[in-house]
Amino acid sequence: MHRFRFVLYRPVQLIPVLLGISLVTFVLVHLIPGDPARILLGVRGTKAAIAAIHHQFGLDRPLAVQYLYFLYNLSQGEFGRSIIYKVPVLTVVGGRIAPTAFLLAYAVLLSTVLSGLLASLAAANRGRTLDQAVRLFSTIGLGLPAFWLGIVLIMLFSIRLGWFPVSGYGEDFADHLWHLFLPALTLAAALSPVLTRNLRASLISESTADYVIAARAKGLPRQVIFFHHVFRNSLIPTVNLLGVNVGWLIGGTVVVESVFSVPGMGQLMVASIFARDYLVVQAVTLVLALGVVLTNFLVDIVTVALDPRIA
Amino acid sequence: MATAGIAASPRVGFETLPASALAGGAICLFWLAVALAAPWVAPYDPIAQDLNATLLPPFGAHLLGTDNFGRDILSRIIWGTRIDLQMGAFGVLFPFVIGTTIGAASGYAGGLVDTLLMRLLDVTMSFPFFVLIIAIVATLGPGLISFYIALAQFLVIKHADFVLAARSLGYSHARIALRHILPNAIMPAVVFSMSDAVIDILLGSSLSYLGLGIQPPTAEWGLMIAEGQGFIASAWWIAFFPGLAIVLLATGFSLLADGFAERFGIRD
Repeated sequence: MHRFRFVLYRPVQLIPVLLGISLVTFVLVHLIPGDPARILLGVRGTKAAIAAIHHQFGLDRPLAVQYLYFLYNLSQGEFGRSIIYKVPVLTVVGGRIAPTAFLLAYAVLLSTVLSGLLASLAAANRGRTLDQAVRLFSTIGLGLPAFWLGIVLIMLFSIRLGWFPVSGYGEDFADHLWHLFLPALTLAAALSPVLTRNLRASLISESTADYVIAARAKGLPRQVIFFHHVFRNSLIPTVNLLGVNVGWLIGGTVVVESVFSVPGMGQLMVASIFARDYLVVQAVTLVLALGVVLTNFLVDIVTVALDPRIA
Repeated sequence: MATAGIAASPRVGFETLPASALAGGAICLFWLAVALAAPWVAPYDPIAQDLNATLLPPFGAHLLGTDNFGRDILSRIIWGTRIDLQMGAFGVLFPFVIGTTIGAASGYAGGLVDTLLMRLLDVTMSFPFFVLIIAIVATLGPGLISFYIALAQFLVIKHADFVLAARSLGYSHARIALRHILPNAIMPAVVFSMSDAVIDILLGSSLSYLGLGIQPPTAEWGLMIAEGQGFIASAWWIAFFPGLAIVLLATGFSLLADGFAERFGIRD
């Protein structure tokens, strides 16, 4: 299993990325106008009291030292307290991770199925009307604003036809699947055009490879050649592309959660911005960025599992 | 990661452009004309309220209907073109210039500078682009939306592509670089900037939709969709038509990018 050895040393390479993310979020919160001590004490704060607060929270230290304190606190899981919910920020954010993760996984699943289907159809009918139709779909799909598509889907399937709920997350697993179908479909529609194009191109180039001719000469059935060889090899660049697009997908959930009122991290982030609950915004940014980094790591592992030559 | 292909011919031959590029160009020119001619072609004032003409359905005196304040949807879409087109243009222009310059300089300098820059690209590519820009807007407040888009694009250097394409510029003498490599390196950069214009338009309108971008009563497409969302059961046209405008403008840029990529043999 030594091809999976990178699982051990890749986390070391991720350290600069994680430091970069923490630095950006640290700087962002420091750019917010206003003195936290004054906000904490209100109008009654005397000069001495403000100085005491500054000293207590280390705000009178150089920025670099404050950043090191910030890193130390993060490593202790200490993100501060939410001014709106009056509980530790991590508690607020923690409760919102599940809906977002569910929605993301659901969207990736739907878009994989959708892209696999469309790309196979297009590749099999290369140059014909069906191929052109898929290409047109992916060109227009690239420019579909997710928030608008979500609203149109609500108009059609929730209000006109009454098939799906307008918003919410539901109670149990089946209920989640039903509630999050339209949000996941919206996200999948944003992701599928990119994946479909890529998968179609690699399906076409793989199906003309020498090993396919060899397999055909051996008399292997077409389905076996397609699913065992062509499709599996074509998936590698597509899985990689999925990894590259995870950052974009997570951005999409922020918008889609707001459209469908899904109680996830994205909705929390937008709500906290308007409530000026900056520590929550900071924590959500950190958690989402960490999610992107971890997903990319996971994608690397899947790529190696699909193709032993990589690594 | 995308790699820059080699152009079929260094000279730009517009007569040999594929149909998709021509269609995309026509769509983009149409929107540019709409944006420039807004004061003359818009039938009504985009922010004037008419409380005697609220929530009128489309295809009457108001071609695309009116919103809950009695404002003409068509006129608001026409005036909104100026803002949405500008978000696409500014969001692309700055990263294009800066990214290309950095890439060329890094390629020219080579050695340690080049290695460091390439590692820096690896780091920035892992940032969640949209979340980052939302965090920036949350901190600095909405307002300079085109600036934010350009800043986030640049911070994340989502266009590692630009930089990589331009990097090949730096490896040789100025004359060779200008006459032979520039035409080859610039086309991939142009193609990526067209695709990025699509992303920027979606990003800008999404921010306005969330209430973090353009503020009311200005007519902007994403904001119009947000304002219409409360009326989807009774007055679908308020949110529907602005979205159609976004799709059409974005499709124009996508088709242009597609056509250029095909003509100049660039794969992404």
